Formats: sequence, C-alpha cells, structure tokens
Amino acid sequence: MLKVNSKPLPETIDETLALLEGQDYVADRALATVLFLGLRMKRPLFLEGEAGVGKTEIAKVLASALGRRLIRLQCYEGLDISSAVYEWNYAAQMIEIRMAEAAGGADRSNMEKNVFSEKYLIRRPVLDALGGEKSAAPVFLIDELDRTDEAFEAFLLEILSDYQVTVPELGTIKAEEPPIVIITTNRTREIHDALKRRCLYHWVDYPKAERELEIVRRKVPNANQRLSAEIVHFIQKLRQIDLFKSPGVAETIDWAGALTELDKLALDPETVSDTIGVLLKYQDDIARIEQGEGRRILSEVKAEMAAAE
Amino acid sequence: MTSPVANPDGRLADNIVYFARALRKAGMRVGPASVVDAIDAVLTAGIGSRDDFYWTLHSVLVTRHEDHAVFDEAFRLFWRSRELIEKMLALFSPAVVDARERQKPRAAESRVGEAMMEGRENKRRREEEPEIEIDARFTFSGNEVLRQKDFAQMTARELADARRAIAELSLPVDLVRTRRSRPDPRGRKTDQRAMMRTALRTGGDLILPRFRSTRMVHPPLVVLADISGSMSQYTRIFLHFMHALAEKRRNVHTFVFGTRLTNLTRQMRNRDPDEALAQSSSMVKDWSGGTRIGEAIGEFNRLWSRRVLGQGAVVLLITDGLERDDIPSLAREMERLHKSSRKLIWLNPLLRFDGFEAKARGVRVMLPHVDEFRPVHTLEALSDLCFSLSGDARRGTIRNRG
Repeated sequence: MLKVNSKPLPETIDETLALLEGQDYVADRALATVLFLGLRMKRPLFLEGEAGVGKTEIAKVLASALGRRLIRLQCYEGLDISSAVYEWNYAAQMIEIRMAEAAGGADRSNMEKNVFSEKYLIRRPVLDALGGEKSAAPVFLIDELDRTDEAFEAFLLEILSDYQVTVPELGTIKAEEPPIVIITTNRTREIHDALKRRCLYHWVDYPKAERELEIVRRKVPNANQRLSAEIVHFIQKLRQIDLFKSPGVAETIDWAGALTELDKLALDPETVSDTIGVLLKYQDDIARIEQGEGRRILSEVKAEMAAAE
Repeated sequence: MTSPVANPDGRLADNIVYFARALRKAGMRVGPASVVDAIDAVLTAGIGSRDDFYWTLHSVLVTRHEDHAVFDEAFRLFWRSRELIEKMLALFSPAVVDARERQKPRAAESRVGEAMMEGRENKRRREEEPEIEIDARFTFSGNEVLRQKDFAQMTARELADARRAIAELSLPVDLVRTRRSRPDPRGRKTDQRAMMRTALRTGGDLILPRFRSTRMVHPPLVVLADISGSMSQYTRIFLHFMHALAEKRRNVHTFVFGTRLTNLTRQMRNRDPDEALAQSSSMVKDWSGGTRIGEAIGEFNRLWSRRVLGQGAVVLLITDGLERDDIPSLAREMERLHKSSRKLIWLNPLLRFDGFEAKARGVRVMLPHVDEFRPVHTLEALSDLCFSLSGDARRGTIRNRG
C-alpha cells in the first residue's frame, strides 16, 4: 500500500487559493478557479505561458498540498511508447523462455502468458500514473508537451479521454481513479485543438507587482524589504520594454537571492550591470540594458518609489 | 464526475449558448462540446462573483492565448448589457454581488462588436483593385498601403500541376532523423520486441534476429513570403505554393509580409485552394503595399520564432531583398533568423539580369546570413518555384556553412 495521507480536494475556489498559499505558492484568483474546476470536473489542466512563470511549480505544489505522489513525464522530441508508457523486460523474458525449455514440457500458450505477464512489464510514467488508488490518485505532470511531436500528442488524446492504456499482449489497463493531470507548454509549437479541447486552458501570465513582491517575500525571506521592492519594480518595468525574452518569476527569485547573497540593500547601476546575467539570457537584450536603458529604468524606479513614500 | 445542481436553470444554459455563439462569430473556435463543458463548469464552480464566472467560462471556452482579448471584450459586452450575471448570482447564492466595471483595454472591440451586430454588415466590402498604370515591379517603398486583393480562382489544371510539382519538390535539407524507429530488414538496430514475439511462435526454440532502422521525417517548414508591391505579380504563385505545401506536408507554417507580418497558417489549412486564398486575402491588410523586410523579420523573430522554429525548422524566405530603409536592423534580424533555424533558404524571384544582385544594399547584407540562395529567373508557374528549390545545390547557390 502506498502512503495514503492524501488530503481531500478543496471545496471552493477560496479553499484552493488557501491550499496553494499554504505551500508558499502565491496564485491569482484566475489560476485558482481553473485549478479548482480541474479538480472538481476531473479534467486535465493545460497551462501555457512563458518560461519561468511557475507552471511546473503548480504541479509540485499541488502534489505536496494534497499529499499525492507526483509523477513527472518530461517530454522531448522522439518520446515514444517504450520510454513514456511501458516496456517489456526482454532479458528476463529470454531467461523465462530458456527456463521453461529446460524444465521441459512447456506448453506454448501457457508460456506466452507467462512471458507477457505483469512480472516482466516495466512501468513508465504514463502507466504509473494510471495506477492510483481510490482517492489517492497521483498528480501527473506532463511537462513541456510542445517538445514532443504530434504522434505522441495523438497518443495522449486516448489516455486523457479514457484514462486507459492498451498493452496488446496484456489487455487494457484502466485507472481506478483518474490522476490529476497537469500539462505545461512553453508554446514553442502549437498544440492541436483536439487535445486542448479535452483540457481546461489557462495562460499563466507574469504576476502583477504586488503579487510578485509577495512571491519574493515568501521565496527569499531574508531579502531586504526595500531591495525586494526595487527588484520587483525594476523587473516589472523590464517586462514592458520589448525584450527578446522577458525575465520570468524564476529569474526574479534568483536575482533577489543573488543580490541578498551579495549583501546589497538597494539597487545601483553597477550592481545591475554586474548581475544582469541572472535576469537576461540573450546577448542582444543584455547589450540593450547595458547601453543605458538599464540606468534609465533604474532612475525611474528610484524616482517612483521615492514619490510613493 | 460530481453531479451538478439537479435542475440547471434553463436561462443560464441558453445564455451561455448565446454567448458561445457570439464568440464563434467573433472568430473564436468554440464547438458545441465546449458549450456543454462550459455549462457544466459553471454549475460545478457555482458562481460566487463576476470574476469567478469570468474565469470559469474562460478556462473552457478559450484555448489559445490570442483569443483572450476577444473573450474579454465579448464578456464585457455580452454580460454587462443584460445584467445577467447579477441575476444569476442571485439565483445561485446569496453571495456578495461584485458589480465592479471592468476597465480593460478593448483590443478586439470592433470584431466582437461586429459579431454582436448579428451580421448586419456581414457582406465584406471588396475594394476595387486600383488600376496600376506603371509597372511597379522594380519600385519599392516603405509606405504602408493597405489594400484588399482578389485572386483569380485556380483552375483544375493548375491545381493538378501544383500538386504534381509539390510532390516532386525536395528541399535542400529535407529529411531529418527522429529518435523513433521502424521495422526494417536491412536496419542496423535489433528489434527486441519483434524478436520476442516471433520466438514465442516457435515456442522459444528459435530466436531469430529482427531489425529496425531510424525513421526519417520532413522537418517543420516555415515559409516567409514577401507580398509587397515589387513582388505583386508573383503573389498568387506564392500563395498557391504555400497552400499546396500545407496540404501535402504536416507542420508547415506560412507567413506573409509587406509592411507588417501576417500569419496565414490556419487559413492555408483549409482544403480548398480558392477558399484558402479568399480567407488569406481578407486576413492580410497590406497587399502590394510597401515593404519593410527588416521590421517584418524582426517581428517574426520576436513573436513567432520561438513558437514555430522550436523543432529545428527549415525556413524558406521568399523576397526580392529590396529594403529601402534601416539596413543595419535588416542585417541584425537576418542574423538572428539564421541562427535560430536549421537551415535558411532564400528564394529571390527578381533576379532578371545578371549583376543585379550585388547592387541592392538589402540583398548584400542579407546574403551572408543564408545557407542556400536560390535565384529564380522566370517564375510563371508554381512548378518553376519547385524546380528551383529542388535544383542541384551547386547550381547558382551560395553556401556559407555545412
């Protein structure tokens, strides 16, 4: 028996919000609504958004908040059935055949049953996710679905609508209780409408300043308060200019952590320029910020914060 | 599924159906099944406030980020004007009514507005194509001229020719290895599962080898075609080419640009070429206008490259390279495009005379950033296009890497 200390699902949207907050995940109401619906309607959640806005984190937080197991399927190009769903243990099967032969009198149909039995089935994430027990179904995270190809997407269609997998030699394996499915994509490719239609869709956006500050406060508790406010303000402004890749929440947290490690109490142009690599990962963007735009934004931030005080 | 409130209020269901219909008219893809889901979701969530209701419908009816603006506007118009949410809130619970007005930027207002107008002005005004007296092929400008365009319909013969030409088309980098395999008697890897199955057929006496080999597929293809004035005489051929490609291959993304970039991928997926062209025609606002190549490519890089070039796509750029202003930005954007694609093929249809190419500054800065350069001297039919693309790599090409 698996550890069954799973907690009941939230009853209202407010409870969902509180559940996430209990795990230091500061969600907005829109996300909580979708999450609540997904849990209640037993529908997969389809989360799309830029990298680093906390899509994967939702699954982790949900698993630990509900006391469920987290099964993660990291997608990549060429992901196939044998690495995503199941695989037979061929070496062990060979031995089984040889043993049966050595024992003699092996009858063929019996041998087939023995060789293709659960004993030799290697369960991969998908099959694993379908093996949940009553009211303790795992959280099944299908991460970065856009990295895999259409063929796998089509295969997922079957799983997500019926929560079952057919192994030709063994028969159909159906989940006693459907897992809580969370699909994330970075939108490097359009996912087919048929798949999206089976899910509840949500675009995870960059948080508003207030919420981002709350996130920094929770994730980097030892950061100076004024510094955190400046960081958030600066990054919010950075997202408004037309960068090739805007910094995500993950970058905000990293930056706050980095500056705290450097014992900084406030932002200054040198610090920004020294640590900009934490925030921006494209040379064009970095060059642009270093060419004075960073200085301009910083002085704006300082002025606005002074005005607010 | 937990069973919702036993007696779903008829008016709620009706209103959601009307709302979905309005969304559909505004161009969103909302199927009947989504409407059923939406009603279900609303009953499950139990409307607590206007915001919850908004996000509940949003989660089911919106499946693309682009549709968010349309939904937002439609929601504002539809549910405010009838004060329905407030009534429904009263029906569902004595919860607090949140009557705040939404003050959002109204991005898709005109489209949604039109959809709400019950198709009064449904007939699209077709602007008369102005007669062009002078031959504008060799002129180019940065001015934005917005026009609609009508294309002659495709004849059955043209269609057949096009299909044949596309079938014979083989691009410079046309097959890439995948990590999947297929059974192949001459393959190099053993297929253990097949071996196990055949072994059982003989009761395990004989374990015969079975082989598999790597499966090859066409890489994703992104076509970026210039439809500015200087290219206008070829536009029809490009569109047919793009349509035929999208029909024949999976994973083709099509964009056109003049002074702005338009994504025609979805329009091109319509099966009928004439319909695809008609739809494209109404999507594009800058037919035969000016050209800003650098800006268009920049827009592509910023908004689309990570979405469509992710899986090692081959980029086919069709343009004459006649950029007037902002040469440095053209060079920069070309470099980025080059670096983010598996292979960048430039097809230039305006090279009528030898010695033409080096003169235009735009052409000069673009050349270092392409993997294959294909000039087309005559481009009368789609087959010319396919021929020059499939042609031997040595013929008239400039290779920079690989």
